[in-house]
Amino acid sequence: MRIIQFREAVCEAMSEEMRRDERVYLMGEEVAEYNGAYKASKGMLDEFGPKRVIDTPIAELGFAGISVGAAMNGLRPIVEFMTFNFSMVAIDQIINNAAKMYQMSGGQLNVPIVFRGPTASAGQLAATHSQAFESWYANCPGLKVVVPADPYDAKGLLKAAIRDEDPVLVMESEQMYGDKGEVPEEEYIIEIGKAKVKRQGTDVTIVSFGKILKVAFAAAEELEKEGISCEVIDLRSVRPIDYDTIIKSVKKTNRCVIVEEAWPLGAISSELTYMIQKRAFDYLDAPVIRVNTADTPAAYSPTLIEEFLPSPEKVIKAIRAVLYKD
Amino acid sequence: MPKKPITKEVYLKWYEDMLFWRRFEDKTSALYIQQKIRGFLHLYNGQEAVLAGSLLAMEHGDKMITAYRNHVQPIGLGEDPRRIMAELMGKVDGTSRGKGGSMHMFSKEHHFYGGHGIVGGQIPLGAGLAFADKYNGKNHVTLTYMGDGAVRQGSFHETMNLAMLWNLPVVFVIENNGYAMGTSVERTANHTEIWKLGLGYEMPCLPVDAMDPVTVYEAMQDAVDRARSGGGPTLIEARTYRYKGHSMSDAQHYRTKEEVAEYQKLDPITIVLDRIKENNYATEEEIETIDQRVKDLVKECVDFAEASPFPDKEELWQHIYVQKDYPFIKE
Ligand SMILES: Cc1ncc(C[n+]2csc(CCOP(=O)(O)OP(=O)(O)O)c2C)c(N)n1
Ligand SMILES: [Mg+2]
Repeated sequence: MRIIQFREAVCEAMSEEMRRDERVYLMGEEVAEYNGAYKASKGMLDEFGPKRVIDTPIAELGFAGISVGAAMNGLRPIVEFMTFNFSMVAIDQIINNAAKMYQMSGGQLNVPIVFRGPTASAGQLAATHSQAFESWYANCPGLKVVVPADPYDAKGLLKAAIRDEDPVLVMESEQMYGDKGEVPEEEYIIEIGKAKVKRQGTDVTIVSFGKILKVAFAAAEELEKEGISCEVIDLRSVRPIDYDTIIKSVKKTNRCVIVEEAWPLGAISSELTYMIQKRAFDYLDAPVIRVNTADTPAAYSPTLIEEFLPSPEKVIKAIRAVLYKD
Repeated sequence: MPKKPITKEVYLKWYEDMLFWRRFEDKTSALYIQQKIRGFLHLYNGQEAVLAGSLLAMEHGDKMITAYRNHVQPIGLGEDPRRIMAELMGKVDGTSRGKGGSMHMFSKEHHFYGGHGIVGGQIPLGAGLAFADKYNGKNHVTLTYMGDGAVRQGSFHETMNLAMLWNLPVVFVIENNGYAMGTSVERTANHTEIWKLGLGYEMPCLPVDAMDPVTVYEAMQDAVDRARSGGGPTLIEARTYRYKGHSMSDAQHYRTKEEVAEYQKLDPITIVLDRIKENNYATEEEIETIDQRVKDLVKECVDFAEASPFPDKEELWQHIYVQKDYPFIKE
């Protein structure tokens, strides 16, 4: 099958949907003339022109809100945040307007909008530029939150998000845009809200999502050398969450480690742990263990960011713990 | 206050300061290529006259706050440049103990309040520093800097209004270097005279040629005097230029080499050096001595930073809360 980069998959998804539906536009900082801060919209200005591929000033609240308004009046905006750190400036428009409009209007006004861009850390960028807000957005009813981890999923999920009648956040990563993977030429859509078992295993279930899945896979590979068989599940969506796929796997392996690049308090890992103990209590042979980022802001220095982030070593340690192997 | 005369001493100090800032940052970009500095690195190269002119108008106790293009401001205010270099390299002897890096320089001792990475985020903070000085009956002024891109943020407009409403002792300085990343000023609004944004708030406002520290100083002295005497805020559009890319990875397709070359003819360091020579303020030899001092100090900064260790990983948990025994989640 054809191999392309993550950023090309994102670009194809947006371009195909824009060809198919005049109502779809792309708006954000540096998306048009600069071809995207991370080149995820390369060539789109040339193809669709400035009416539909729209550069904005640095005014996240303004352009996010304008796009919510446009969605209330029949358009289907794709809003790019240069990173989701900057969506904090616009979060009022997402939480109070996009997420609530359909309910507040008693079903009169839905908001078919996509907010997308990179999330979480990307090297030594320090406290304000390394944050993962997936769990914040996932906490809010009215939104859907998708976190693809490979080019195939990125394309299929983004196309689904653009066609969705509800507001969807698609959270990517600077550290995935260059990743390559198989993406078919033919069109496909991936249903939002379905997790995927990306590695079969029998001894322990690792649940993760987004870029940090790379760490989960590295740990699984390392442990395979010792004969420990890890099943790795990619959540792909953190709202809704596909609990069934996780519970099924945990009932098989009887052990679970969750790997999440986010602060631990009120995290997706907390939520999963609750549901696992509720629905698979009698199947567990060990407490569920999670590997999150440290309960601190990220810090610049290489020694500190290493301490902050989940790593294969930390995941291996957790897996050994649930297997009572340390 | 009457304007300070721009004496020989002022010119020589400007020359040495600006040259040091330039060489210091040239060194950081070399260190970036060696991967000893990581993440983003936004250089002030070309904009030095804004800082040089401003500093001359400031009195002890006056404050400064800016965005992420912030390596040289604390040095200008008196911070030890060796500690700034150590911060850039993520070392424990850095101003933030290696936690902040390039975008987050702070020096409370020298009244420099950062060092901010979210575009527009520092603008209300600057007005807030001024609010506290006024509240405490202190006669200080806060200089609040931002880029041309930042004035399109809501935080700017809300702060302009509040600063006027409450008559705060603050000077807002827009460092208009022509671009916000790859977006030129004319692509961000239906007007390019950014200083006119003050008119709607009836805030005294003006543009200044900011390639020359003299014109910056003159405008700044008026603004600082106004603020200190209870006359409230001023908005200054400092027209400048950045010679380097936005950060370290920027192909700069949005401008021409000719445009950069045009502005290089206006280089503030050259302007100041020319005046020193025209007025015989220094001999060739004396200028060489300054250049050598600058070179030596840059080297000292690098040596100091190289010798400083990376912070111990325990440092990650320090300075999150003032409370000493805060119960972090560690499992
Ligand atoms: C809220 C927010 N949006 C976007 C960014 C990404 N960003 C960093 S700097 C920058 C351009 C800012 O330009 P300007 O204000 O003119 O300052 P300059 O870099 O020219 O000094 C952008 C878009 C950010 N840091 N914060
Ligand atoms: Mg600018």
